[in-house]
Amino acid sequence: MKRLVLTALLAASVATTALVPPAAFADSKEQYVPLPTYRVGPYASSGTLWWAGTLDYFRYINEVEGGVNGVKLKVEEFETEWSPDRTVEVYERVKNGKDGAPVAFFFTHGTPASYALIEKGAADKIPLIDPAGGRTESTDGTVFPYAFPLLFNYFSQASVGINYIAQKEGGFDKLKGKKIVTVYHDSAYGRETQAAVELLAKKYGFENFQIPVADPGNEQSPQWRQVREIKPDWVFLRTWGVSTPVAIKTAQRFGIPADRIIGDVWAGSEADVIPAGTAAKGYQALAPYPGGAGFEIHDRLRKTILDTGKSDLRDTKFFGAVYYNIGLINAVLAVEALRAGQAKFGNKPLNGEEGRWGFEHLTIDDARLKEIGFYGLLQPIKLTPADHEGGGAARIQQWDGDKWVLVTDWIQADRDTLRPLVEAKAAAYAKEHNITPRSPTAEN
Amino acid sequence: MSHVLSQTARLAPTVLPERRFGLRLPLLLLLAFVAVPLLGSDYWLGAILVPFLVLSLAGLGLNLLTGYAGQTSLGSGGFMAVGAFATFGFVVHGGVPLPLAVLFAGLVTAGAGLLFGLPSDRIKGFYLMVSSLAAQFFFEWLFQKFPWFYNYGSSGTITLPRLEAFGYDIGTAVGRYYVTLTVVVLLTWIAVNLVRSQTGRSWMAVRDMDTAAAVIGIRVYRSKVLAFAVSSFYLGVAGALWAFLYLGSASVQSFGISRSFQILFIIIIGGMGSIAGNFIGAAFISLLPLAIDHLAQAFFAGHVDAGLLQNIQKALFGVLIIGFLIKEPDGLARLFRTLGERLSSWPLRF
Repeated sequence: MKRLVLTALLAASVATTALVPPAAFADSKEQYVPLPTYRVGPYASSGTLWWAGTLDYFRYINEVEGGVNGVKLKVEEFETEWSPDRTVEVYERVKNGKDGAPVAFFFTHGTPASYALIEKGAADKIPLIDPAGGRTESTDGTVFPYAFPLLFNYFSQASVGINYIAQKEGGFDKLKGKKIVTVYHDSAYGRETQAAVELLAKKYGFENFQIPVADPGNEQSPQWRQVREIKPDWVFLRTWGVSTPVAIKTAQRFGIPADRIIGDVWAGSEADVIPAGTAAKGYQALAPYPGGAGFEIHDRLRKTILDTGKSDLRDTKFFGAVYYNIGLINAVLAVEALRAGQAKFGNKPLNGEEGRWGFEHLTIDDARLKEIGFYGLLQPIKLTPADHEGGGAARIQQWDGDKWVLVTDWIQADRDTLRPLVEAKAAAYAKEHNITPRSPTAEN
Repeated sequence: MSHVLSQTARLAPTVLPERRFGLRLPLLLLLAFVAVPLLGSDYWLGAILVPFLVLSLAGLGLNLLTGYAGQTSLGSGGFMAVGAFATFGFVVHGGVPLPLAVLFAGLVTAGAGLLFGLPSDRIKGFYLMVSSLAAQFFFEWLFQKFPWFYNYGSSGTITLPRLEAFGYDIGTAVGRYYVTLTVVVLLTWIAVNLVRSQTGRSWMAVRDMDTAAAVIGIRVYRSKVLAFAVSSFYLGVAGALWAFLYLGSASVQSFGISRSFQILFIIIIGGMGSIAGNFIGAAFISLLPLAIDHLAQAFFAGHVDAGLLQNIQKALFGVLIIGFLIKEPDGLARLFRTLGERLSSWPLRF
């Protein structure tokens, strides 16, 4: 019997996948949006809120606004458990679209997956979108035409952190001789900012200390003992997952005040501070994705999605949580990029090349932000073919023991200083891979 | 675990099975080399069959060690990492062409395996498994700690510039499939012969009772260490293929402890001490979740809460594993063989 069930399962799956012929793109009136997600596995608690935000916004676009200029979004989820292996499989499965609906972009939802797919995306002409993550040097669109570390790359994260410290100290000249410790998750993500901080340390004359925390970071006494010996003026916390609350609690035990610790993007959600209890009070974090449900878009969603029971959120108390807002912002970036592409190619579903054009000409100014209800929640952003980041700013939010409070306006990263570093790395990649950088001015 | 091991132990063949492939093997190869690339799409070749073949190869590596030589190991992921990083090192630092680099990387991994096989002289079973766990964590640490291994990249990820073998571009799905298939067929053929050779028989003798093996003049320690080396060679090659032919790039996270468990499950489910079992086990581990996922997407998407659906899939997968192991503790290979035997004797009985 079990054999029969298994055989039937396998046979049915082969039938469903192999027999669906790839139809011509021109027929469909829909835009296919595949989403690799992780509702299962170690990161599920953040993922669940993230996809809720993304799905709610797409649903809002489809059902309230009637699609992106009339083009409905056909969203499909694929479980990956945050494993790049699974994401690669999903990418291969969806890259040709579905039932004639083309793919205009692919959210990788994870830096390792972005790395794994970067060459496949370039070969298949599918833009890979990884907001506030991704491969830093792929900011240089002349070498990486199909990779987008959108909004806030790792170098900008370092730079905004330093700029905020300078602001608190009363100017960049005050940074001289200050001790700034970076405690980081020892992984690709944790290490990505090192080059940037080193450069800024040279420029402003502060002392740069880098202290790694091995994954998962359940025990950090040795690291924080080291931090205490240094007697830092500021601590930049670049941890992820469970290592963040542990860091905040351990720091308190070693007498390092929470308001001297600045967390980065991925150490700045509710899940990072609530487990740390009172130790987190006063802790600050970079917020390209601020928390809170008081923005205009939240009112619209509450009226049309949340109160009508269409929300993907299981528990509505998470409405406006940092991870939910991450989902919203990523979704609106995608939708606005589609609009930009449609302005050139017509109001129809876009393919990967047209999607790339859309992202490369994505401009959202304050006026537009107000129109779409994201003013204050999303920074003004402008991408060009050479600049695939486009934003590079974050606000700072502070945990008051109960909720995140935004304490600054947008702080811009020092992108001019860091751009040569990005270009040097991109050039090295181009040389290694025999890529001739395109010249965007020659295209239109 | 030990229960499963002892079950297998009783299966040591007293008489070697006859070669009863007949026409089946050539047919299978014809299917794999000609029919599949003609019929399969890029998705099937690149995203399903390549990982399936690589996992089969990794399973084969571990099976030589655990299923044939009776030495337990949880370091498979670590050895795969050695293979991947060594290949990268030979190509980037040494300028060695890819096929040769993979071979060298296999040898380097064999050396590493030999080193971590040394404790098998004194410790056995679960204790040995723990020492192999040390290999797993050591290599994860090593390839993260020293930037030389990933050529000083900022993120610790390794990527090969261009996939080329003997002047041909093998970057396409078909190319990657053929290379993987050729390597796997070749290494499987070697493995089949190896386990029938004196070496293989010594391994099985050591597995079944090492004292008895020593009494009849088998050099037990040498056999064990050799098993570690050969097994690691296979795992190293599998790691290189996984990193560069399937994923395209890799970091230590691709070869974590969960990879080691995955490979262990492949041989437990497929069948220890069986060559075909690796392929069946790999198919089960890598294809079944996809099949369930495809089915779920086709029938339930949009009707059932997505998170719930994912968890149901997980549960279903677990239930199937438990079910199969209760029905046949010796693995699917055994199940299929029994089925085949039943089918071949007329009248059919179920």
